[in-house]
Amino acid sequence: MSAARSSARGRRRVTLRPSRLLIYGLLVLFAIGFLVPVYVAVVGSFKTLREVNTTSIWTLPASLDLGAWRSALVPPLQNSGGIASGLINSLTMTIPAVIVSSIWGSINGYVLSKWRFPGADAVFALLLFGMFIPYQAILIPLVNLLEQLGLYDSLAGLAITHIVYGIPITTLIFRNYYASIPSDLIEAARVDGAGLVAIYRRIILPLSVPGFVVVGIWQFTNIWNEFLFAVTLTSAPSSQPVTVALQNLAGSFAALYNVQMAGALISALPTLLVYVLLSRYFIRGLLAGSLKG
Amino acid sequence: MRTRLLAIGLLLPAVAASLVFVYGFIAWTGYASLTGWNQIRRLRNFLPDFPLVGLDNYRSLFSTPRFWPNDVVNNAVFTVGFVALCLAVGLLLAVLLDQRIRGEAFFRNLFLLPMSLSFVVTGTIWSWILNPNTGINQLLDPLGLGAFRHTLLGLPFLSPLWQVLDALHVNIVRPGLTADPRAALGTIVIAAAWQMSGFVMAMFLAGLRGISDEIREAARMDGASEVQIYRHILIPLLRPVLVSVVVLLGYVSLKIFDLVFVTTRGGPGVSSDVPSIFLFDSAFKSNQWGLGAAVAVVMLLATAVVVLPYLRWQLHQEQRG
Repeated sequence: MSAARSSARGRRRVTLRPSRLLIYGLLVLFAIGFLVPVYVAVVGSFKTLREVNTTSIWTLPASLDLGAWRSALVPPLQNSGGIASGLINSLTMTIPAVIVSSIWGSINGYVLSKWRFPGADAVFALLLFGMFIPYQAILIPLVNLLEQLGLYDSLAGLAITHIVYGIPITTLIFRNYYASIPSDLIEAARVDGAGLVAIYRRIILPLSVPGFVVVGIWQFTNIWNEFLFAVTLTSAPSSQPVTVALQNLAGSFAALYNVQMAGALISALPTLLVYVLLSRYFIRGLLAGSLKG
Repeated sequence: MRTRLLAIGLLLPAVAASLVFVYGFIAWTGYASLTGWNQIRRLRNFLPDFPLVGLDNYRSLFSTPRFWPNDVVNNAVFTVGFVALCLAVGLLLAVLLDQRIRGEAFFRNLFLLPMSLSFVVTGTIWSWILNPNTGINQLLDPLGLGAFRHTLLGLPFLSPLWQVLDALHVNIVRPGLTADPRAALGTIVIAAAWQMSGFVMAMFLAGLRGISDEIREAARMDGASEVQIYRHILIPLLRPVLVSVVVLLGYVSLKIFDLVFVTTRGGPGVSSDVPSIFLFDSAFKSNQWGLGAAVAVVMLLATAVVVLPYLRWQLHQEQRG
């Protein structure tokens, strides 16, 4: 790869300074390093039980055997969980949570940036703080509340949890996003007699599509990947998200790395797919999620 | 006036949710940490109906060697190692990618890819790579890594360093990796840095791109070398980014749970244990809810020390700018 790159460069510029070579060399080295876990996961997931016992995690599989993928999705042993139900649970819980928290954040962000009232900054700070607490600090009362409401060990309970604790970040991103919409636009609409709701529906919402993509990706990735709530607010496999299912799989198939790798890849696939297809928006969310940067 | 009421009304659900689920729950946890709720019984009310025991939970917490000093020191060591490694790798990658590179998007997307994964996935994969019997040793020992390690560990003048690293559980020169209490915590730092370095890179790269080319040009005219320009001009200009990155990584690190849970679960022994695992075990596994709540309060305070000044700074900056 490095040779191909250098020759491509060489054609454009005649001189290839040693410093450029060093830069590309380092980048390629880091790229290889970053790809090591990806390599191990992909290679391992196609191995047979026999190969797991006889080969190291570094060797290529003899063939593209899908047995490990099948075992990861639905293990042959009974009561050993499996990723398939976890995938469905995660989807069931994540999608509504993403939609509700995005819309909610959009409304909050709109009001906080375009209809500022005395104390709006204080309200924003009050909301924002929730983003920077370790969730361990609210975990025990949360479990207790969900139990009292009959929502412990349910996907609804998890979805509600993710919606509530998603408010700070979705509000933050939308507030910053709407700040870039010129206030003149709002003023003009107000002069024409449009109210808060009408302006939101007719002006803000149509301009919000990129914002919703950024927030949606951010929320989807975070909720899908979350583990602490997932492992403490559920106990039955029927309501466990995919992160917990993967963790259980690793426990029950302690020695079979092919099944674990296949499980890891399957559970990562949705967020990976979103990342590969929409990495530009992912990066925007990443930067927006860290306040002004 | 009606519009203003409507605006406030629209914010009310979020404010109410925040008051209950964030502030109310924190107060609840604080209260629970002062009660003797250390038994199996589920609560019948919304508040823990157990007698107050003052600071007993905190006393027993800080006289449990697993928590104090072990877990607290571990989390501090993990935080320092994790933040330092992420900063070093992330800043280097950002500067490298800032050199008008061909294929910049490819490299950038590759380095950021781990950010789209969960710590559970990362931990599952890395625990095999860092397993001394199956992982990286098998790949590198034939290339002489084993012998190199042995030589390094045998060097007399380095032995004080190894003693310190051993004691802090981060001596990854030890071939035992996740199975060696002297190295276990360090191996988790590596997996964590793999996941989060790309974030640092993205933040710094965005920062670098925000600095106008005129500044670089002016420095070049004055005869500064490229390295000097970064060292003395660009990187100092990125101080606000640096602060953000350190605080956000610190926040991630002080509550770290899933990665440790999946890779070593705090072991061997308690060599890589952290407060969040202790909380999980004491509250959710042993029904020591009051004790668990005390851990939660300690974790919150540790995070607040890092985050609150930062939040104030950010919000002030915003009002001024």
